[in-house]
Amino acid sequence: MRRVIWMLHSVMVSMLFSMGWDAVCLGQQPAAEEVVVYSARSHYGQEPAFEAFTRDTGIAIKSFGGNPSELFERLRAEGDKTRADVLISVDAGNLWNAAQTGLLARIEAPELQAQIPAHLRDPDHRWFGLTVRARTIMYNTRNVKPEELSTYEALGDAKWKNRLCLRTSSHIYNQSLIATMIKRHGEAKVEAMLRAWSANNPTMINGDTGILEAIAAGQCDVGVTNTYYLGRLLAKDPNLPVAPFWANQHTTGTHVNISGAGVTAYAKNRANAIKLITYLARPEAQQLFVTTNFEYPANPQTPIPPLLASWGTFKQDDINIAAAGEYQMTTIKVADRAGYK
Amino acid sequence: MVSHPGQVVSASGVQGGRWVSIWSLLALTIAAGVSVPLLAVLSSFLTPAGDVWRHLWQTQLLELILNTLGLLIGVGVGTVLVGTGLAWLVVYYRFPGQTLFEWGLILPLAIPAYVLGFVCLGLFDFTGPLQTLLRGLLGAHLRLPTLRSYWGVTLMMTLVFYPYVYLLARAAFLGQGATALETARSLGRTPLRAFLVVTLPMARPALVAGGALAMMEALADVGTVATFGYRTLTEAIYRVWYGMFDRPAATQLASGLLGFALLLLLVERLSRGRARYIETYRRGTGVTPTRLHGWRAGLATGACLAVLGPGFLVPVGQLGVWTWRTVQAGQLAPTFGTLLGNTVYLATLATAGTCLLALVMAYASRLSVSPSVRWASQCATMGYALPGSVVAVGVLLPLAWLDHTIVAWLAARLGQSGSLLFTGSAAGLLFAYLVRFLAVSLQTVDASLTRISPSLDDAARSLGAGTGRVLRRIHLPLLRSGVLTALILVFVEVMKEMPATLLLRPFGLNTLAIEVWQRTADAMWQEAAAPALAIVGAGILPVLLAVRLSVRR
Repeated sequence: MRRVIWMLHSVMVSMLFSMGWDAVCLGQQPAAEEVVVYSARSHYGQEPAFEAFTRDTGIAIKSFGGNPSELFERLRAEGDKTRADVLISVDAGNLWNAAQTGLLARIEAPELQAQIPAHLRDPDHRWFGLTVRARTIMYNTRNVKPEELSTYEALGDAKWKNRLCLRTSSHIYNQSLIATMIKRHGEAKVEAMLRAWSANNPTMINGDTGILEAIAAGQCDVGVTNTYYLGRLLAKDPNLPVAPFWANQHTTGTHVNISGAGVTAYAKNRANAIKLITYLARPEAQQLFVTTNFEYPANPQTPIPPLLASWGTFKQDDINIAAAGEYQMTTIKVADRAGYK
Repeated sequence: MVSHPGQVVSASGVQGGRWVSIWSLLALTIAAGVSVPLLAVLSSFLTPAGDVWRHLWQTQLLELILNTLGLLIGVGVGTVLVGTGLAWLVVYYRFPGQTLFEWGLILPLAIPAYVLGFVCLGLFDFTGPLQTLLRGLLGAHLRLPTLRSYWGVTLMMTLVFYPYVYLLARAAFLGQGATALETARSLGRTPLRAFLVVTLPMARPALVAGGALAMMEALADVGTVATFGYRTLTEAIYRVWYGMFDRPAATQLASGLLGFALLLLLVERLSRGRARYIETYRRGTGVTPTRLHGWRAGLATGACLAVLGPGFLVPVGQLGVWTWRTVQAGQLAPTFGTLLGNTVYLATLATAGTCLLALVMAYASRLSVSPSVRWASQCATMGYALPGSVVAVGVLLPLAWLDHTIVAWLAARLGQSGSLLFTGSAAGLLFAYLVRFLAVSLQTVDASLTRISPSLDDAARSLGAGTGRVLRRIHLPLLRSGVLTALILVFVEVMKEMPATLLLRPFGLNTLAIEVWQRTADAMWQEAAAPALAIVGAGILPVLLAVRLSVRR
């Protein structure tokens, strides 16, 4: 029994120790200048743009990562005692949700608003797009001529029967694409499009990289993915027989999503938080984003790296991206009704 | 032996009734504590969940339930067959590689299911090297059945979850000793028949416990089903949570998983009935294994390899290749040592705590005459059937409430605002591990505890030993291999646990699993290989240690 008691004892002590350690960390007065970032985008923690910010301003960045919905849950639970000053997330739908549930504060930052185009930020100034993620049609360059392609809607054409690769409707990238279309065209039209897609017996693959590899291997000829995944694959193998086709150029423009940031409702370092987001929106910081991850900059003043430039310029769908959040729930219902899994 | 109703089973409680009730009280307290997050999950029903349920009902709920049931049955049958078969081979036979397989067959446990799923898809699906090669040989229009199917998911889960059954079955076979088996054989049974008629029925609690653990893992899994595009109730939870932004509705769906878990427990209890599975006494004679020769030996070795190959060697090989490339590219995280340290630190604490509490609960249910303790402890283990992030939310909500209450109280008394004590503390995270993994340790300890005859307790107690002394002097020595098994299982589980760690970890504390997440969240699988491999490596060490400690007597 003594040994058991000893074990219990040591467990208790260790638990207290670990609690004490956190209490000490949390109880610390904030260092002279810092800003705490909750980031739902995994590698923002190691972004070179963060290092550049600290170098230029002397403000230290502490970041804490997690999946968007769970991270929001924690932020909500911490309430007014949270340490988070800035919330970063992928996908406009997530940012819209964070704003909608009161996690983000409205900020006035004229420079920031001037740098980021209006359709890539919250009309109420609670979140701002920092990078642009274009989601477009990808095709096998050996089996498909670009002339055969036109719009997302046209992928429902019978000529793509058994030649289409898609992600499931459970994934947020496709949800955002469909949500913005619903906002523009209404549920009925989009449901018809999804039925047509499903009628083409698409191969469902979970992962944009997987879709691109399947297109390259000839499992399918066309698919819909974000362009930076192609950028990464081409960086490893420049001969990959896959190319992007800019969808809907003669109609609404290619769908773009964002990863973006906002200031938390209970930020302790509010001024620094605004300073950080403003900094990240400047062309110098934007350039660091696009060179490391092949995303497009949100700030149009930013020069584009050669690989992205080789894909040509394209017309973005300029519907306000908040639509991705507003219509996301409708999207899932429409997809379920249309049998698009 | 299996004794039946009518036989006097136990007379515990004759002496030291006070101590019995203290054990019961302890167990009930633990059960109550562990149930708090589960109740928090259930409390989501207090929040109306819009029309999500109606929508699901109209479109897919039935399909989801059938898919989930199908997966459960497939994984249950698969793991019990594979686990029992392999345990039977390594315990009763000698064949080339047998000593290596005996512990090696535990190893797939250290591989997170979603990692195996991803690696196998990468290697064996259309774009993988195997099919590419075949298309090169047989023509570009070759189409093989896809792994992204019910059978693919079931196979993956069977390959990583069978060790639960294997470990418990092996312990049970070894624990039975040779007496019963030899009696059967002396009565003219063939070895196989003796195994089927005598050994297997006696090992039933262990097999059922192992199968139940595997099925609960399958219920909680979200990574694999998402990777394979197989729609289960668990996948729907995340579709509702992430996609419809409706966390209350998602947790309501998660309560459905608790329903499945309850069903599993019921089946387990009913299958056990009122029979008891007790070894009469242990003789010095262990099992004498038969040496296999020729094609039989080859078949035995082949069977072990056929499971260990795809379940462990292939994924580890792939992770190894990726890690090598990462190291060559100089992309290894500089904080790797700290990550490993944190991971082992958390896993050790969680393992010690979880197994200790499991021991208390298992022993209390043994002592108590009323079924309430047993039921309370069983219910407390249902957290295992929930996905980690659902458990984490269940832990987060009450902890945050507690914290804010404390802060408000302090502010009223001391006039100054404090910071949160439990939310985002290691204690909170350890509590989540406890809720999630108590099932693993409790089922394991309980399965070996039920095999010890109550007459031993009665004898010791009648000689004046207290309950604590009986536990220490009689049970613990007999339970050694069971407790060791529990320790390994929980340790490995905690190390590879990702979602709860991600949500509840203290600010600035990162583990290997977090490092894996940081890469995989952005589909950078190659970069995730190094930390994943470290998790596997750190999982092998305790396995080796346990093997050394539990050498056959």
